[in-house]
Amino acid sequence: MSSAAVASILKTTPFHPRTSPLVRAQTWRRWAGYQVASAYEPHPDREYAAIRNAAALLDVSPLFKYRISGPDAARLLDRMVTRDVAKCRVGQVLYTPWCDVHGKVIDDGTISRLDDQTFRLTSAEPNLRWLSMNAVGLDVVIEDVSERTGALALQGPLSRTILQLLTPADLSTLKYFRLVNTTVRDIPVTISRTGYTGDLGYELWVDAERAVPLWDALIAAGTPYGITPAGIWALDLARIEAGLVMLDVDYFSAHRAMIEDQKSSPFELNLAWTVSADKGPHNGRRALRAERTAGSAWGFVGLDVDWTSLERIYAERGLPPQLPTVAWRTSSPVYKAANQIGYATSGCWSPLLKKYLALAHLTAPHFTPNTDVELEVTVEHRRKRASAVVKKLPFFDPPRKKE
Amino acid sequence: MTAPSPAARRSSPVAPKYDAIIIGGGHNGLVCAAYLARAGRKTLVLERRPLVGGAAVTEQIFPGFKFSVFSYVVSLLRPEIIRDLDLPGHGLQILPLESTVTPLDNGDYLAGWADPDETRRELMRHSPRDAEAAIEFGRLMHHMAMAVKPILGMVPPDPSSLAPSDLRGLLKLGGHLRDLGAERFHALYKLMTMSSADYLDEWYEFDPLKATKSASGIIGTFLGPRSPGSAYVLLHHYMGEIDGAFRAWGFQKGGTGAISEAIASAACSLGAEIRTNATVERVLVKDGRAQGVVLENGDEIAAPIVVSGLDPRRTFLQLVDRKELPGDLAEEVERYKFRGSSGKVNLALSGLPEFTCLPGVGPHHRGAFSISPSVEYLERAYDDAKYGNFSRHPYMDIVFPSMIDPGMAPPGKHVMSIFVQYAPYNIAGGWDDARREAFGDAVIKTVARYAPNIESLILHRQVLTPADIERITGLSEGNIFQGELALHQLFFLRPAAKSAKYRTPIKGYWQCGAGTHPGGGIMGASGRLAAMEIIS
Repeated sequence: MSSAAVASILKTTPFHPRTSPLVRAQTWRRWAGYQVASAYEPHPDREYAAIRNAAALLDVSPLFKYRISGPDAARLLDRMVTRDVAKCRVGQVLYTPWCDVHGKVIDDGTISRLDDQTFRLTSAEPNLRWLSMNAVGLDVVIEDVSERTGALALQGPLSRTILQLLTPADLSTLKYFRLVNTTVRDIPVTISRTGYTGDLGYELWVDAERAVPLWDALIAAGTPYGITPAGIWALDLARIEAGLVMLDVDYFSAHRAMIEDQKSSPFELNLAWTVSADKGPHNGRRALRAERTAGSAWGFVGLDVDWTSLERIYAERGLPPQLPTVAWRTSSPVYKAANQIGYATSGCWSPLLKKYLALAHLTAPHFTPNTDVELEVTVEHRRKRASAVVKKLPFFDPPRKKE
Repeated sequence: MTAPSPAARRSSPVAPKYDAIIIGGGHNGLVCAAYLARAGRKTLVLERRPLVGGAAVTEQIFPGFKFSVFSYVVSLLRPEIIRDLDLPGHGLQILPLESTVTPLDNGDYLAGWADPDETRRELMRHSPRDAEAAIEFGRLMHHMAMAVKPILGMVPPDPSSLAPSDLRGLLKLGGHLRDLGAERFHALYKLMTMSSADYLDEWYEFDPLKATKSASGIIGTFLGPRSPGSAYVLLHHYMGEIDGAFRAWGFQKGGTGAISEAIASAACSLGAEIRTNATVERVLVKDGRAQGVVLENGDEIAAPIVVSGLDPRRTFLQLVDRKELPGDLAEEVERYKFRGSSGKVNLALSGLPEFTCLPGVGPHHRGAFSISPSVEYLERAYDDAKYGNFSRHPYMDIVFPSMIDPGMAPPGKHVMSIFVQYAPYNIAGGWDDARREAFGDAVIKTVARYAPNIESLILHRQVLTPADIERITGLSEGNIFQGELALHQLFFLRPAAKSAKYRTPIKGYWQCGAGTHPGGGIMGASGRLAAMEIIS
């Protein structure tokens, strides 16, 4: 046999030299063609605990990142997304979905206004073609900077304390969804007060060449404060508690859906707050206006699954409840009496809230909070139903997130 | 403050302001208060100390360092209490405590890690046979814990009573035991009667493994690993595991005091009132019925229901006049065994000690260290205590809370919690400052055998003997479970026959502490079951 190395299908992130030796059980996963840690330890309990009690360091480099600049940069984005980009000030970050002409969501991400004519857009899937199509006739330059930008999320109650040790920027004045261009131990970075955990936290954007020293500086300063590298499993638990949707798990891109039923509007994803009612023309405006008036067929809500009923359906088989230590992503039917009224797309046991939580799409009118429903649970190969109550998202929203 | 005039006192027989008074703001008292308040009863908790929690308190004994002074981990807090009282909403946050390392005398170690493969490989290093036995043993203990769990959740029926509720309870219990099947029933019977060392001998060959496992059978009791009856307490560990999916086992953020504060916050939000620095002198009894309490300062507070969260000795022999009790009950309570056998050493450290068996600072510092190198080591530690001395080389359960919750110590510094056994309450000559320090020295010297740099790191040392535990928390003889968890003091005999259903012979006077079924640990079950009985 030839000894030639076999090329890996997956790319590695700029932090790989540091993350790789820490993945003790080789628990890797794919994310946008990259290889990232599911967890550094065999199960994510401690990494998750760091998000909620200390600080977790997450490599989020696989996000797609686009730099959009030029006199018409704001116009391009405003045409594309549902939020009002004209109102976005320099140093501000917007979370927003973007839709096709029928008002169905293509993707979601953040828009950072780096200066008057420069923005950074992040997304879960490639959007270069869609950006270019929307840019026709506009004076704008679109660059895919995904590979040359490393991204780290530092999330948790002690994230500010740790980061402040390393940067001259005054983080006590950096508000939620604002950013600052500064340095961390002399490494140029953009720090945005954003994240995917629903907790106090920051994301750091850095040139790929400086990624490793940035990681090292954070670990060194953060160790006395319990900084813990964390993987996607821990992140997934936190984002479910925070009620944040995930593309390809909780919804499909309108560009990829094979049938109409696989598409969702922002209203149907609990993102009504991101749809500006008064901004100018943008993709999907007519459809979204009509839906706002007529109401949506579907709602995206939380389910709080009753523990006693879980105990009962497991006890029928002589077992205590068996729940996964990581979040699940398999669609599970939701019932009201004899009828299926929707489906849950992700769920987990919340170690913090001590509740079994799920995110679900339910048809009108069942998405009203406090509605009693049933979630299908498979117990020892048999389909059972556990009682659940519809909850408004998020499940967890600590004041420190915005304080 | 002016005393009300005699005329005013006579003229207005005002209805008592409270429906129930709880004596003692330990975790069971707080749980009981929360459930009573939830049922609409106006409830007042009276706590002698300036802070609630009893033996579940966090205090800054040394500036900047938080100690879970007494109880230091949480394993058995009942899931139904967490849910019913929404304790996570009131600050309950349990962080994982994942491993146990036992340093051995030959310089090696025995570890149980979070990952099953890693643990199995570790066991195979010492005994391939034990590595397999551990899986089957775990399965049996799972079944035993499943068998015992419903018993923990039930009010103990009186086997000598023909009352319908007792008969129903006994039938339920009988049915439950029959459903176990012969094999598991026999295993349960052995577990209830054997010594933990003998029981583990049936399963394992690697002595340090037996020692480490049997250590959980001796905690809080005046028994050695070879004493019959010590096997039962082994189960307690597995009780936590069957609630595994609930994951309520570990270290509370901010120490165990934060659990008490969470329960207190829940109780207050449900309408209960908590008064600290309020020492109850005695319970007011008239015509065989509780009327309220008298505080040390002379204040009287009336309530038709008075619940003692204190231990049986204080409940029956101190708070009420023994002439209010049937003679045999007072005698039975006098014979109830406390015999505190454990102490605690809390250290503020400038850094982490390094263990010779696993050099450097690593993930093992985030778990527990068990000083239990052999069964003989533990039995000899017990021998010292049997003859009235503290163990020269004691069993210790060590954790570094600051490695799990960085908020417990200033950055880069650490707190170290050392549970120590044996330190007998009835030490020859009695406990005094010199003996306390000698005990502390023995503990540190023993730790230094395994972690030689410990002494150079100590910034502050707090040594607690059973006498200190009694003085500070009020727990008689410093017994952390309000009385030994021995078979003759469990279930319908806890704390005494005919007084095991949270009632007392005095009408309106109830008990809710760990001295009642099922008792022990930060479990809250006694407080909850007592409240249920009072409400019904």
